[in-house]
Amino acid sequence: MQITLNVNGVSRALDLDTRVTLLDALRHHLRLTGSKKGCDHGQCGACTVLANGRRINACLSLAVMHDGDAITTVEGLHEADGAGLQQAVIDHDGFQCGYCTPGQLCSAIGMLDELAQGWPSHASDGLEGPFTLTQAEIAERMSGNLCRCSCYPGINAAIRDAAKTGTGATEAAE
Amino acid sequence: MRPFDYHRARDLQDAQTDYVSGAAFIAGGTNLLDLMKLQVMTPERLVDISRLGLDRIEDDGDGLRIGATVTNSDLAADPRVRRRWPVLSRALLAGASGQLRNKATTGGNLLQRTRCPYFYDPDTPCNKRDPGSGCAAMGGELRNHAVLGTSAHCLALSPGDMPVALRALDAVIEIRGTDGRTRAQPMEGFHRLPGDTPERETVLDPGELITAVRLPAPRGDRQVYRKVRDRASYAFALVSVAAVLRLEGGVISHAALGFGGLGTVPWRDPEVDALLTAERPSAALFDEAATLLLRGAEPREGTAFKLPLARRVLRAVLEEATQ
Repeated sequence: MQITLNVNGVSRALDLDTRVTLLDALRHHLRLTGSKKGCDHGQCGACTVLANGRRINACLSLAVMHDGDAITTVEGLHEADGAGLQQAVIDHDGFQCGYCTPGQLCSAIGMLDELAQGWPSHASDGLEGPFTLTQAEIAERMSGNLCRCSCYPGINAAIRDAAKTGTGATEAAE
Repeated sequence: MRPFDYHRARDLQDAQTDYVSGAAFIAGGTNLLDLMKLQVMTPERLVDISRLGLDRIEDDGDGLRIGATVTNSDLAADPRVRRRWPVLSRALLAGASGQLRNKATTGGNLLQRTRCPYFYDPDTPCNKRDPGSGCAAMGGELRNHAVLGTSAHCLALSPGDMPVALRALDAVIEIRGTDGRTRAQPMEGFHRLPGDTPERETVLDPGELITAVRLPAPRGDRQVYRKVRDRASYAFALVSVAAVLRLEGGVISHAALGFGGLGTVPWRDPEVDALLTAERPSAALFDEAATLLLRGAEPREGTAFKLPLARRVLRAVLEEATQ
């Protein structure tokens, strides 16, 4: 089946079997191997990308259902306000093996945008906001991304830094 | 995954014309694709209903009409829902992860399949997956299985948080029949008890589509959702309670309780609601409500912990809702 994906600002035409997930289309057909396959069942978050600005699990999505969509992967994150967050993750040692990192980065950018839009979370005291990016809020909002090396303190600190310095969502950080 | 045809529907009529025996509708796909990868579900055709404009939340008299493909995140964040139906926002936010909530839809969430590990394992017998093959959960290892509404054929727990809140809110499901006519189905009665046909989980017939969920004006302003699970986030409920209450002059004038983690369907017991109504809140009353709720429970080794847990969670929720 023929589809077009706009990946990191570039229009890419693909001819795919209907079974190909968005993740496999990116990795195997477009050779963008930054997005990782961890569990392939939506449990680990290593495959997280932004689809039309929203974070999703690329492994639980069919490529043909994304015909015409704008997809941002870790390879394009620096052009999507992600450079500051990437640097902050390095500064805070927010990874060890690095396998979950692309998904953590894309997820964090999506999460900060959700926060900027005033979305509440399970960890929020009230539903009305404004919401402060506490440790508990970050842990809850990032719970779809696992790190087997358990670099959560570094990832958490990097996200707080990036939010403060205006990467991703400016206003929402404390 | 087994091979399948893919059809992107242009409109509702088209979607239902495209639907053939052995097909499945797909919107968010977070549950369906997972099950297809494991070959627990093997549809021969997918009919994509994600671009039919069913993603709007509209005022509906004094209530709301939520389109079937409104995502869990959009619904949880809607300012009207947050203000007047907070128990629904809370239930949605207690479920899944940020990524999944951005994909999972309102209609799909009502059709979410059980997480019984034997249902997920095609090498074991399961009456839900393969009718008549038996139930590996009976005599198997149990933990997150149902204790209410079970049958000799199935112990599968109804997953999900949103449906629990929708039961307490008296939501109504809009279903478009294969003849193109729309009917209104209250949450009560939408999900079927397993009985001897656990493969039939709802009253939907093949080819019928959920088009929207209608929320009537809330009947109680004291709304609480409490979920207890094995870890703090991104886990299914061991026990959850949705409470919608109204207090007038210190007396409970409206009580509607939904329960997750307990039943084979999103649970609500009208006798429990009736017991609480027109009474003054007290520890003794709450305990009586728990006893009534659990009177028909069938705990087994591995699930017996849910009974005292449900009692404590119910008491805590009612204390919070009536304070």
